[in-house]
Amino acid sequence: MLELQNIYKTFEGRTVLADVNLSVPKGATHALIGSSGSGKTTLLRITLGLIPFDRGYVKINEQALLSFTPVEWADRIGYVPQDGGLFPHITAKGNVALVATLRGWNKAKIDARVEELRKIVDLDPEILGHFPREMSGGQKQRVAIMRAAMMDPAVMLLDEPMAALDPLIRRSLQQELKSIFQRLGKTVLLVTHDLGEAVYLAEKITLLHEGRMVQSGSYRDLLQHPATPFVSQFINAQRTLPDAGELQ
Amino acid sequence: MGALALTAGAWLVGALPSGVARAADNIVVGGKIFTEGYVLGEIGAQTIEVSSKVSVTRKLGMGSTGILFEALKSGAIDVYSDYTGTLSEAILKRPELKSLDEIRTALAGMGLTISDSLGFNDTYALAVKEEFAEQHDLHTIGDLLSLQDDIRAAFSYEFMDRKDGYPGLVDNYHLKFNAQKVSRMEHSLSFQAIGQNAVDLIDVYSTDAKIKKLHLRVLKDDHHYFPVYQAVWVARQAFVEKHPQEWQALRGLEGKIDEESMLDMNAQADIQKISFGKIASQFLGASAPDSVGWLHEVARRTKEHLWLVGVSLLFSVLVGIPLGVAAVRFPKAGQAILLSSAVIQTVPSLALLCFLIPVFGVGTKPALAALCLYSLLPVVLNTFTGIRAVNPIHMENARAFGLNGRQILFKVVLPLASPTLLAGIKTATIVSIGTATLAALVGAGGYGAPIVSGLSLNDVPTILTGAIPAALMALVAHGVFELLGMVLIPAGLRRRP
Repeated sequence: MLELQNIYKTFEGRTVLADVNLSVPKGATHALIGSSGSGKTTLLRITLGLIPFDRGYVKINEQALLSFTPVEWADRIGYVPQDGGLFPHITAKGNVALVATLRGWNKAKIDARVEELRKIVDLDPEILGHFPREMSGGQKQRVAIMRAAMMDPAVMLLDEPMAALDPLIRRSLQQELKSIFQRLGKTVLLVTHDLGEAVYLAEKITLLHEGRMVQSGSYRDLLQHPATPFVSQFINAQRTLPDAGELQ
Repeated sequence: MGALALTAGAWLVGALPSGVARAADNIVVGGKIFTEGYVLGEIGAQTIEVSSKVSVTRKLGMGSTGILFEALKSGAIDVYSDYTGTLSEAILKRPELKSLDEIRTALAGMGLTISDSLGFNDTYALAVKEEFAEQHDLHTIGDLLSLQDDIRAAFSYEFMDRKDGYPGLVDNYHLKFNAQKVSRMEHSLSFQAIGQNAVDLIDVYSTDAKIKKLHLRVLKDDHHYFPVYQAVWVARQAFVEKHPQEWQALRGLEGKIDEESMLDMNAQADIQKISFGKIASQFLGASAPDSVGWLHEVARRTKEHLWLVGVSLLFSVLVGIPLGVAAVRFPKAGQAILLSSAVIQTVPSLALLCFLIPVFGVGTKPALAALCLYSLLPVVLNTFTGIRAVNPIHMENARAFGLNGRQILFKVVLPLASPTLLAGIKTATIVSIGTATLAALVGAGGYGAPIVSGLSLNDVPTILTGAIPAALMALVAHGVFELLGMVLIPAGLRRRP
């Protein structure tokens, strides 16, 4: 399980995050949502161990981030950057196997693990030999998930997984992702600004605003029992298209 | 950083065997970079070859007096021909020394000696075209006074800078030339300039064949200002002691070459385009040495040139890439690194060669050092720009995946920067192929040797035997880098076929 306890972060005297608490049980999918400037990217970078924070704990399975080396931490948390973030100079397989190769895994072990993950994300085997520039957005996303899962981390962290995809592909990949998460059985935290995506993929949602948690709960909770007027405002702002009734 | 690169260069160059290693028993004859220097060098070389079994290496066409003199002192050459006036004025800096004995005594302190005069005086002189002389009634240098405001003059660099050249001359004759109309020019080009009436007055050596060819009138030095320039052999004492027989053979030429025959031999080379080897052997009454085929010659030059380019390239890669990486990592030092490599690039190649001679002596080493320094900037700069152009997102992602600094550099940053990096190495190579032609001036050989000798003879075909292979080498380098790109640049970054 992934826990963020009491996280504070100031930057140049400005409070970026204050008293953020978040707990994702093992195997659950949790969405961290907020508009730009809400502090969600800072929280993501803190969780990845990329930047220091002032107070609080980041823990995976009860063990705190600060008790690990960066390499140990990286193996416990699989990261899927925005748009997949694949390295353009290596093939899909090269990207997936990069860290395992650096850790000295042998070829057979790498091949077996890659094949296992390929089946889980349902990627055409041919794509493994392709370079990122030769892949579609959906293929890149699947390869990025394989890469994040390669070292069998306890937690997966996804940054805006759908942001760069066109709406139709988005819809089909969204369904796909949900079943990939189920098949992987990982604890997942996804960071997004898109409520629809959060609602579809995650059981619980945490809304972040100006560095503070506004509300944490299911979509139903947020909709029916908004903690503050901002929650309703945020939800309503995302409903861009009118329904048939509204058109009359 | 400049000092650092220089030290690194010194270390690298010092650690390498010189491209033209000296055999145990071998005499190296030097020669100055003008027709007479080549002819006398060839005469000296053949004289030794005829009288002795010791092999002779010719290093003819070396850049001006200072370079030859350094070469002699450092033992890079054993003997060459120079002139008494040059020795006392430019080398000993004691113009009061006039006689051969005085000069010989002064040189002995430096471990050097000279022969007696070879028989002719090749002094500086001023010359104008015959028609121009007629038109303005010019016979002596003093006659120039009436034209001093209007006359267009072109003087060689050495003449302009030597005390016994231009500065003393105008002083002695109270001449005040119009500074706007006096230009400095490579010696062989000033003949071309006066031939095309682009200038009216040039400095010449009194035995220069082009005086005849271009119908020039040598103005009489009625003040006897120009010192006497008796041609002599200059040699290292150590050489004289080790090879007394060969030194005696060279001294056998004392008094044997008069002004007329020197002028004649110069004319054979300059006007009739007869090879120096043939001219020398005719003079010595011997058969010409077997001339090496041009193919053989080109092959030898190619080997020398490749050595110069290859070593400097290796240096620029081994030193330039780490410097470029350091420039990115340490921004303050980075600015210093980039600036110093840019400053090195602005030093004219000849000047850089001159600076390096006190450190490296003469021959392949200073040439290599200069080339190493020149090829540094493109590599450092392209490494720097290439890395800076890598999207920082990739570096942060790599960190999130648990890659350490070294892994990020070698697995992510350098591969992503490789197209720019390789382009820098390619630029360095091609610049180096061009610049290496100047190495001939310090006796390092290469394609520059025929170019330099052709320039001094105004002989285009000879120039082309150096220039064409150099251009071809640049083309081949271009092709090689295209191929290297296919191997070294990760396939994901290559242009699509």
